[in-house]
Amino acid sequence: MVRSRPQIQATDKVAGRAVAIGVATGVYGLSFGALATAAGVSTAKAVALSALVFTGATQIAVIGVIAGGGGMVSAVANGLVVAMRHLAYGVAVSPLLPDRRPARLLAAHVIIDESTAMGTGAPTRDEGRRAFLLTGASVFVFWNLATFAGAELSRAVASPHALGLDAMFPAAFLALLAPQLRQRRAPAVAAAGALIATLLIPVAPAGIPVLASVAALVLVLRERAS
Amino acid sequence: MSWTAIIVLAIGVYAMKAAGPLLFAGRSLPERWEGVATMVAVPLLAALVVTQTVTAGHHFVLDARLPALGVAAAAVALRFPFLVVVLLGGGTCALLRLLF
Repeated sequence: MVRSRPQIQATDKVAGRAVAIGVATGVYGLSFGALATAAGVSTAKAVALSALVFTGATQIAVIGVIAGGGGMVSAVANGLVVAMRHLAYGVAVSPLLPDRRPARLLAAHVIIDESTAMGTGAPTRDEGRRAFLLTGASVFVFWNLATFAGAELSRAVASPHALGLDAMFPAAFLALLAPQLRQRRAPAVAAAGALIATLLIPVAPAGIPVLASVAALVLVLRERAS
Repeated sequence: MSWTAIIVLAIGVYAMKAAGPLLFAGRSLPERWEGVATMVAVPLLAALVVTQTVTAGHHFVLDARLPALGVAAAAVALRFPFLVVVLLGGGTCALLRLLF
């Protein structure tokens, strides 16, 4: 969420920012919990996704496929493809992680959009370490609490259809997509992905049109190869 | 959503997160692949917007979700926070279903 290079001076400032980002992500976690309920996923499983998978866009993509009637295999495949950017994040934050192997393995779990942005945006490596860990830990706590609250609150609601919960999915995906469109060539890739999915909807099983949309990435691959 | 699916996802995503810190320490991905890795969610999200707005199973269905997406798009353009965008999308759809 925070993409600008932060001017962090002191630890308390780093901690303050980490909590602020955690709260902001918690608001997003409320939506995830509500969407999971709308897709028929139990609260226990929604919280398990948040605690064990712990990547917002991936989690929402997975339950989006389930809500659309897609099978479990295509839901998982979609989720794993959305999560692929974490390979790049892992390489980028590698110098910021603790050196000892057990701590390093634990810290790898909190490699997400926010902790990567805060860690790599810090002016020094020391502050980057603190910013990465504090942001990751803060988001983890708020994200899981909010998932539970969102799932339970929306379960109290009678008719998901009457409340338009199904329309919350495309709105959520659009809000996730918008900031990514600033990357070069991204609008063309998005348009091609949407076109591929649209053409496949009448002929392919649910979940496949979305997965097939990654073929639009050839637009980037071919350009960078040349 | 099965527990098996959750565990497979958890292991798969963790493997991607941990690959860099464990295997690539001190190195970086080739530039070409870094571009692809950060771009990979773009076509998927665009495809999800389309399928979640105009389909029910295999069929195209135009209903209150389409105008709701329009309102959500306006909210995104105005840089409203994530939750506000989502609530405006759902709220518009609910209002239209109540009225018509």
